[in-house]
Amino acid sequence: MRREIISKLSKQIKELSDQLEREIRIMHLCGTHEDTISKYNLRDLMPENIRLISGPGCPVCIIPDTDLQKIFHLIERKSIILTTFGDMARVPFEEKSLQYYSSRGFDVRVVYSVFDAIEIARKSDKPVVHFGIGFETTMPSTASAIIDGVSNFYVYSAHRYFLPAMDFLLSLGEIRIDGFINPGHVSTIVGSNAYIPLFKKYGIPQVIAGFEPEDVLLAIKIMLRALIKDELGVFNEYRRVVRPEGNLKAKEAMKEVFGVDDWEWRGFGTVPESGAPIKKKYEDQDALKFFEDVFEDFIPKEDRRKRACRCGEVLRGLIMPNECKLFMKACNPKSPVGPCMVSFEGTCNVWAKYGRY
Amino acid sequence: MCLAIPGRVESIDFPFAIVSFGGARKRIRIDLVEDVKIGEYVLAHAGLAIQKLSEEEVMEIEKLWEEMMEE
Ligand code: SF4
Repeated sequence: MRREIISKLSKQIKELSDQLEREIRIMHLCGTHEDTISKYNLRDLMPENIRLISGPGCPVCIIPDTDLQKIFHLIERKSIILTTFGDMARVPFEEKSLQYYSSRGFDVRVVYSVFDAIEIARKSDKPVVHFGIGFETTMPSTASAIIDGVSNFYVYSAHRYFLPAMDFLLSLGEIRIDGFINPGHVSTIVGSNAYIPLFKKYGIPQVIAGFEPEDVLLAIKIMLRALIKDELGVFNEYRRVVRPEGNLKAKEAMKEVFGVDDWEWRGFGTVPESGAPIKKKYEDQDALKFFEDVFEDFIPKEDRRKRACRCGEVLRGLIMPNECKLFMKACNPKSPVGPCMVSFEGTCNVWAKYGRY
Repeated sequence: MCLAIPGRVESIDFPFAIVSFGGARKRIRIDLVEDVKIGEYVLAHAGLAIQKLSEEEVMEIEKLWEEMMEE
């Protein structure tokens, strides 16, 4: 049954692509989409003139080394419990990672959710600092935890808003993109309407897509049809989940807790209005504020090991992982050099996992 | 990270619920979606329900695809 749907969609895509005589470059914006594409080998199903490019949709990958070093700086100086998600714990800076700190007796705990971190705080007298990462999909859970207000619970916010990065990527003008496949679960929160200003600014069509291979193929079909008819806009393939207005309660919680600032992204530099610092109203739970004095002497360094890593270009869609000289040689899932090889949503990791090289 | 999966609500202890993901049970916070009831489906990400789903949206996904394919 599902195989039938897939083969029918492939055929429809082929027919549509024949009507487009140029190369069509479609960028997806979510590591989970890369997973679907690589797992089901959708690139091989594509007609020759349809290119699927991977973009910056990996929250762990885009966290710059500065944030990681600040977290190391903090745990070296204060007796705290640090909670984080599994992927983040394995990102190296020089020879160290949060996993390394854990093996050296520092109290680093990998959690499934921020609510697990709250439970840890409730049972401990020590300060618990949660390393909050993720785009709009994850931000509402951190916001809820902060609103709960457990007194020894703090958040180091490394959360970033995703849409400003799409805008920034297009403003760089270094890559031609004919259409975006928008991230389904960021969209669940922000809603399909949130992308309309971006469409109006750049005129690039976007299709919000789910994560089954059928979803991705349908999205590509919708995109090609829009390009042929020259009826561009923001389309929603993932209507079973994504509403035009998104999740209003989640958006409200996010807005209550997080402000907006210009923050750095790995491979991008400073992205205007992409950072989500904790608002003054909740500064009692802001780790950056509470441990302010600790960061007074903090100076970020450069990780020389990462000089040859091209993760930044992978995130900007300029190269595919196999164009990096280290890919599957010095850099592999067992000993990753850059975060794109660490995170399950990093394109290098996904390609390694499914042997796409 | 942005992965979210559908599960069925088995019991509620507001603002949390025990949600079954194909048999695996997890404690999920449900207060950011409109009133969830036992037996209903939610889409969960990192311990938080981010959307409510109808049974049709979970069970009859293939039908939805086929409809969209004909559009
Ligand atoms: S293969 Fe490794 S070194 Fe190369 S870009 Fe990917 S993460 Fe960086």
